[in-house]
Amino acid sequence: METAIKDLTIADEKIVSKSAIGNYLKEAFKSVGEITIFGGRFFKELFLPPYEFKAFFIQSYKIGNKSLPLVAITGFIMGLVLTLQARPTLAEFGAESWLPGMVALSLIREIAPVITALISAGKIGSGIGAELGSMKVTEQIDAMEVSAINPFKYLVVTRILATTLMIPLLVFFADGVGMFGAFVGVNIHNHVTLIRFFHQAISKIAFIDIIPATIKSVFFGFFIGLIGCYNGYTADNGTESVGKAANTAVVMASLTIFIIDMLAVQIIDLL
Amino acid sequence: MQVEELPITIKTDQTKNVIQIKNLHKTFTDREHEVLRGVNLTIKEGENVVVLGKSGTGKSVLIKCIVGLVAADEGEINVFGKDIHDLPEKELNKMRIKMGFLFQSAALYDSMTVRENLAFPLQRSQKNLSAKEREAMIVEQLHNVGLEAAIDKMPSELSGGMRKRIGLARTLILKPEIMLYDEPTTGLDTITSKEISELILSVQKKNKTTSIIITHDMECAKLTADRVVILKDGVIVAEGTYSSLENSQDEWVRSFFNK
Repeated sequence: METAIKDLTIADEKIVSKSAIGNYLKEAFKSVGEITIFGGRFFKELFLPPYEFKAFFIQSYKIGNKSLPLVAITGFIMGLVLTLQARPTLAEFGAESWLPGMVALSLIREIAPVITALISAGKIGSGIGAELGSMKVTEQIDAMEVSAINPFKYLVVTRILATTLMIPLLVFFADGVGMFGAFVGVNIHNHVTLIRFFHQAISKIAFIDIIPATIKSVFFGFFIGLIGCYNGYTADNGTESVGKAANTAVVMASLTIFIIDMLAVQIIDLL
Repeated sequence: MQVEELPITIKTDQTKNVIQIKNLHKTFTDREHEVLRGVNLTIKEGENVVVLGKSGTGKSVLIKCIVGLVAADEGEINVFGKDIHDLPEKELNKMRIKMGFLFQSAALYDSMTVRENLAFPLQRSQKNLSAKEREAMIVEQLHNVGLEAAIDKMPSELSGGMRKRIGLARTLILKPEIMLYDEPTTGLDTITSKEISELILSVQKKNKTTSIIITHDMECAKLTADRVVILKDGVIVAEGTYSSLENSQDEWVRSFFNK
């Protein structure tokens, strides 16, 4: 009897876990579908007048300028740590002179875009999610709508455009600061002038290294903005949903960054 | 319960209908809860109609349907003779400018100062105004609600009553012909509630607006109502003047008036 009950419980647990996975997948596909529709609306509204230039510039300033200190610190540490970690191995092969070039390539191609995007997903994506979520909960979005102002255009289009433009610029900034971090890292053990270091680094970089990374960064920026706005704009009523919108924005955007990065690597490999 | 046929003497039959709601139904996505179940309501020009009802009976949904924030499932909402469901977005926006909506939370834009809050809808709907004219209109509206001194303050620096007044000023700056108030005195002390109610009344007298006021505040209802309608389970179950409903034969209706 006891064995029968135990078997039944295990069977129940399997059914429950299957149904939980099913529900999870259903919700995930539903979210992907809704974000796609939301993105479609963005492109539709983007080209229709009136154009919110002032709000776009304000958002670009907020997203770009206010993220500079964080990106600078992260970029510097990335460059420094990468140099310190790579140096012993290269020194073993007597290839220390390759260090600037190797660090520059790693930073420009992969590390600066991905780390900057992840930092931005945390700072900017969650900020957008929380801000729009709070506006939704406190009926500010409804207030715009009843004043005959298109809140989607004013709040969403401007933010997505701003992240799409500013994230690549932040990545360039992170590249530069990261290289300076690498220069400091190299100078801990050797003495290399700044000009010589940058000459060695830049000689190893081609346009083919910069262009795919920039295109990838544009996609990162677009999806950070899109996911942040989607989660905030569609937040449920209640203060709890503001936190949820911010949290979901970070998780979804971070996951999307890795998926885009994986796809980008595959595409670049094919070229 | 039948709708009580009580005399309404405030407006004559010659006064034109500004809002006509016919058989309005609204169910939210869970499909289990039909919030509005066939609401019929006609509001005449210059009339102040107070909507009473327990929480969750669809009062706020009703006015959100009127302004097009919530799409009704079934029925007609005619505002100035046009069914708002049939209006394209551009026409609907023109109609919305004729309707002012004061939200329960006042819904001030918290990233903008009071001046910017008032200027924002004005810049969008009246683009030909000069900065000087805009400023004059902002100051005039703030003067009307007695808060000129708050012009450079942020919403976070204002009290609940002040936020409501600024919200009202922001709504009135577009000179609406219809005012929709969603629980305008909720969360305010008795004195501030009375001040807001008096402000609603003075707005109606000064601007000759037609108003729908959703409230649980009986003092506000008594002061502002030309007519009171009571919603129960998504339908109108009683309507009439404040005093007629106060003395209704129906005990449930009387219970709203603490009688």
